[in-house]
Amino acid sequence: MDTEKIVFCKGGGCTAKLGAQALNRVLSMLPKGEKDPDLLIGFSSKDDAAVYRLTDDIAFVQTLDFFPPMVKDPYTFGQIAAANALSDIYAMGGTVKTALNIVCFPERWDLNILGEILRGGALKVAEAGASLAGGHSIADADVKYGLSVTGVVHPNHIWANNTGQPGDALILTKALGVGIICTADRVDAAPEGALDAAVRSMTTLNKYAAQCCSHYDIHACTDVTGFSFLGHLHEMMDGRLSCRINADHIPVLPGASQCADEFLLTAAGQRNRNHVGPYVRFENVPFAMEEILFDPQTSGGLLVALEAEKAPLLLEELRQCGLPAQIVGEIGEKADMEITVYSLAQHA
Amino acid sequence: MKKTVNALGDTCPIPVVKTKNAIRELNGPGCVETLVDNEIAVQNLTKMANQKGYAVHSEKIADDQFKVTMEIGESAGEQPEETPQECLVTEPGHRKNIVVAVTSPTMGTGNDELGAVLMKGFLFALTQQDELPTTILFYNGGATITTEGSASIEDLKSLEALGVEILTCGTCLNYYKLADKLQVGGVTNMYEITERLTGADLVIRP
Repeated sequence: MDTEKIVFCKGGGCTAKLGAQALNRVLSMLPKGEKDPDLLIGFSSKDDAAVYRLTDDIAFVQTLDFFPPMVKDPYTFGQIAAANALSDIYAMGGTVKTALNIVCFPERWDLNILGEILRGGALKVAEAGASLAGGHSIADADVKYGLSVTGVVHPNHIWANNTGQPGDALILTKALGVGIICTADRVDAAPEGALDAAVRSMTTLNKYAAQCCSHYDIHACTDVTGFSFLGHLHEMMDGRLSCRINADHIPVLPGASQCADEFLLTAAGQRNRNHVGPYVRFENVPFAMEEILFDPQTSGGLLVALEAEKAPLLLEELRQCGLPAQIVGEIGEKADMEITVYSLAQHA
Repeated sequence: MKKTVNALGDTCPIPVVKTKNAIRELNGPGCVETLVDNEIAVQNLTKMANQKGYAVHSEKIADDQFKVTMEIGESAGEQPEETPQECLVTEPGHRKNIVVAVTSPTMGTGNDELGAVLMKGFLFALTQQDELPTTILFYNGGATITTEGSASIEDLKSLEALGVEILTCGTCLNYYKLADKLQVGGVTNMYEITERLTGADLVIRP
């Protein structure tokens, strides 16, 4: 009898991603092929998905994401991994069409676990209205799961992540803190109910947020994942903009501040701080909130830039969908400090 | 009283959790030494100590092995002492805020080849000091030292792991076309450089 203990969750999700600093170094050395004018979005912008124009009316959006489990339940993990992979299409303003499974699984483990993961994934692909069309599985020492997803988008209505404008308002559609909460749960230190709330957030498709956004002229959009709110915001600033973020308006999952104050922090969060910290100035922001803003998110929400005048209308629509969305700040012209995060609240 | 925590091979947040348990077991003032195998864990432990107001010191004791030492005072873990600073505290009480400004690839004036050797020697010697700088700034020709081809990358990485802030001027990186060649530390701007220099108790220009 094999007595090897099955440890399903060793710390995964987007906390398992390589740091941006390490990655940029490698990516910058890749040979670049001839430029194809129909490749509308590729490596050069830091978007996670590629967009390729087929005709004047249709471009396809292609993306892939996978990672190790961040929760102990395989069925839940499958749902989260799928929601996370599908999100990259929504963040480009696209509609999901097909998805392929990509899975790594230890040969000696109970196949029912694999079945549960794939069942969770299939549930979310169906909810997205897409077809699960196949996939690949590899025998590996650890579990990893995700999807390769293809969607379509009108070439003139792509939401790039770096096309915000001075004067835009920034809306965040999901609460932050899932990395910290999953990490706390791994050492059995998450407060009662915190993980449930984080799981509900991670299994929520960004489909609904994207549908609300599609009624507005969205200037820029990204989904907040492994590089943290500030990391993805930094990419959105594109070296040519600045922004002011009101920390008092940042939606935060219940229990996340408490876990941050207990220093249940991820390595990925610290890597994010090392990478993005130099572009950020904090004014009267408590330590826990700083950590939450650097916290790697798995299946995080959309971060959207649009004309400030229209922002309250979109916010209302998002709230009607049951999303904890907030207007979190505004974009300005390039300034000395790229990102300023401030709080007007009194902190003990 | 002194406790040693072995967190080699542990991923975050386990080193912090183990260290917190050891501090609780001290049940009063004392010292906790935590062994970890990566720089990020050193940084997360240092962050906790700074927030809690514990004096903290870290050193690289072998390849992939670091020792983080925390001194827990009387008020063990109850309330953090006033505003913690973003710097490494080597002993309880006041510590000088030392900023090193590296403004050229060489140390001193005279022969540049010799100057480059001296600069490499200086940065290595810094890693061995008991009293470390809070920040090392690299600007103008200094930007070549944090970028590809520099002989001091390993020493600077060690210093960073010990909690020293390494910052290179972004304008300078662009000017020398080194923006994608940075090997260690963060990128900064004139606002921050000025803030670091004016906030220093002592500025060292090698």
